[in-house]
Amino acid sequence: MTRFVSSWLGVAATTATLAFGAGSASAQSKEVIFGLQCDRTGPTAPVGTVLCPGYQDYIALINSKGGVEGYKIKVLEIDNEYKVPPAMEAHERFKKDGALLEGLYGTPQTAALNKKLEEDKILGTSPGFGTAAAADGKRFPYTFPIAASYWSQAGAAVEFAKEKMGGLKGKKIAYLFYDNPAGKEPLVVLEDLAKAEGFELRTFAVPAPGLEMGAQILDITGRYKPDFVIAHLFGRAPSVSIKELKGKGFPLSKVVSLVWGSAEADIIAAGGMGLAEGYNTIQFAGVGKDFPVLKDIEAMYKAQGKPAPKEMDSTVYYNRGVFIAALHVEALRNAIKAKGGAMPTSEEVKKGMESIKGFTLGGFVPPMELSSTDHEGGGWVQIWTVKGGRLVKVKDWFQGYRPVIQKQLAADASKS
Amino acid sequence: MFHRESGVFKTTYAADMALYPLPIAKWTMIVLAVLFVLIIPLAVHEYYLSILNLIFIAIVGALGLNILVGYTGQISIGHGAFMSVGAYTAANLAVKLGLPFWITLPAGGLMAALIGVIVGMPSLRIKGLYLAIATLAGQLIIEWTINRVPAISGGAQASIEVDRPSLFGFSFSTQGHLYFFLLFFAALAIVATLNLVRSRIGRAFVAVRDQDIAAEIIGINIYRYKLLAFAVSSFYAGVCGVLYTYYFGIANYEQFQLVVSIDYLAMIIIGGLGSVLGSILGAIFVTLLPIAIRIFMEDVGALFFSQAEMANVISGLRLGVFGALIIFFLIVEPEGLNRLWRNVRSYFRVWPFSY
Repeated sequence: MTRFVSSWLGVAATTATLAFGAGSASAQSKEVIFGLQCDRTGPTAPVGTVLCPGYQDYIALINSKGGVEGYKIKVLEIDNEYKVPPAMEAHERFKKDGALLEGLYGTPQTAALNKKLEEDKILGTSPGFGTAAAADGKRFPYTFPIAASYWSQAGAAVEFAKEKMGGLKGKKIAYLFYDNPAGKEPLVVLEDLAKAEGFELRTFAVPAPGLEMGAQILDITGRYKPDFVIAHLFGRAPSVSIKELKGKGFPLSKVVSLVWGSAEADIIAAGGMGLAEGYNTIQFAGVGKDFPVLKDIEAMYKAQGKPAPKEMDSTVYYNRGVFIAALHVEALRNAIKAKGGAMPTSEEVKKGMESIKGFTLGGFVPPMELSSTDHEGGGWVQIWTVKGGRLVKVKDWFQGYRPVIQKQLAADASKS
Repeated sequence: MFHRESGVFKTTYAADMALYPLPIAKWTMIVLAVLFVLIIPLAVHEYYLSILNLIFIAIVGALGLNILVGYTGQISIGHGAFMSVGAYTAANLAVKLGLPFWITLPAGGLMAALIGVIVGMPSLRIKGLYLAIATLAGQLIIEWTINRVPAISGGAQASIEVDRPSLFGFSFSTQGHLYFFLLFFAALAIVATLNLVRSRIGRAFVAVRDQDIAAEIIGINIYRYKLLAFAVSSFYAGVCGVLYTYYFGIANYEQFQLVVSIDYLAMIIIGGLGSVLGSILGAIFVTLLPIAIRIFMEDVGALFFSQAEMANVISGLRLGVFGALIIFFLIVEPEGLNRLWRNVRSYFRVWPFSY
């Protein structure tokens, strides 16, 4: 009997939860809804737990200043745990609640939603996720990378290496990468550039989860002895690579990492900023706290009588969250302005996103220009290097080998 | 399913094996069919249909895994990899040869069954944890192969886009259309499994699970039936992978990694090993519970937290509550939700005259 009662209670609780949830969320007149997918609990939680608060804080800042042209923004954040089926559920939820746009999170999730976004005509942003080919707005009309793709990052890495070494002819470059689709993506660009610039390229794959790369590093430092290393790793792997390279005596000033191996947390986990002196990182959003927008967020917290959140100290990922939010807000602003203050549709917000131009937020955002054909905005990056215990900007916004990237995009488009 | 006589009155094997133990069961089925085919798709918002769609796909996969783990007693943690085999087979056939779904879907299942038999071969010599490790190896080898062979994966991104499934020129493109597409296959999988487990094959599976030496002595060829279990189970997994592929419009091996195999194992353990209804309940539970917890907390949490704080609270709490509920249900009934449901029914069997 007691067993039965307890089991019945369980069933009742589940039913009640469902019934209760059915009547949630409704849009008010002067409020717009943004959907944000995030991963605060899955394998990429170290990124999500810092990036998503950045997004939320910027939206809160905009709302505290009266919203966008009088419209308040409500963020509907859904944790997809870096799994694909919950990402689809999240998208449908955003659609049901009338979200004007959504921030995607995760490469396989972006791949799985590309088609759905197009069918439902809701724009989704995928900075640092998804395929480089999504920069082509004709092929992927509703997917917006809005930041340098892996191809653009690879081009930038080679250009940086060229500058550092004063030419590439006859040099040896090692490409250390995570053995998954995202890790392999830059290969076509690197191989192309190796031919064009006359340097030697050798690849070193690190199998998932990338915590053990002694063999690869020994191969690089002991046998191949490259003039430069381009690293493209995820998760815990970047810090392992820094530690191993340092341990084998390879100068970190000859290493450049693409965007997911470039956060303070990666460097600190490798043994601290002091140890990683000279390590170069590629960034698609501003780094550090020296931006008016971040000062505003701090002031907002101060006005509420709260300390600034500790996530702000992890500036690389936090700033990327702010960066994504800022572009979302700017797209909305453009759309509302174009409509003379009326509530825009998601189609109009897409047009708003495609007309972003000259929006730099005090050097925080690159001088990108989005259009209906270029959803990447030009593939701008900065290089930040560890110097004296912190990340220092050594190269301002630039586009690495833009013509080569465009050639690849055209070639890829003609293939499909 | 819902109804029972107030005692055990079966006197023949045929009566014990019947698909519909009582005439009223047939009517229950008809009511359920009307509910799912006519009422739900018309009455429910597309968002809820999308959740049902995910559940339908999960049901197919969970049924397959339950045939292997629950009925035959062979542990497998390579279920996700078999899904990817089905997914890439179907995607390649659909894109390279332009074949329709009614060919690619069984083809994906058959290819997965073939690979499943190969991965299942160690089961002839080892069991239990050893077999788990052997199937884990299968999972990793398949992942590696797909990642490394462009002929299968279709290039560096290892993803192949497919068009929406279409039948006689009608394209299943919205969640509402896909609902019928997936409902059909989920229903087919349920009916097929119900029939499989009450047949000679199903009983042979159970015999192998309960005591393989005894099964061999009474004349069951255990090699044959173990491999058959792997084949059938992988066929379901392959079909499940194909359904995912058509549902998302893309085959991508990152959707089918080890964690997916673990998720499906969780489904059948929570639902109940060795039961069809358990697979269904488990698939519903694992898919729906995180969503239900989130929706519940969005409403309740809004009373206590600000918008930005809530995102963090929900993510963390949801995981905690989800885990706690799994533990709770397994303590209340270690044999899963299916057993829980049966307990409820047996309580009502002679209600209100129980003693």
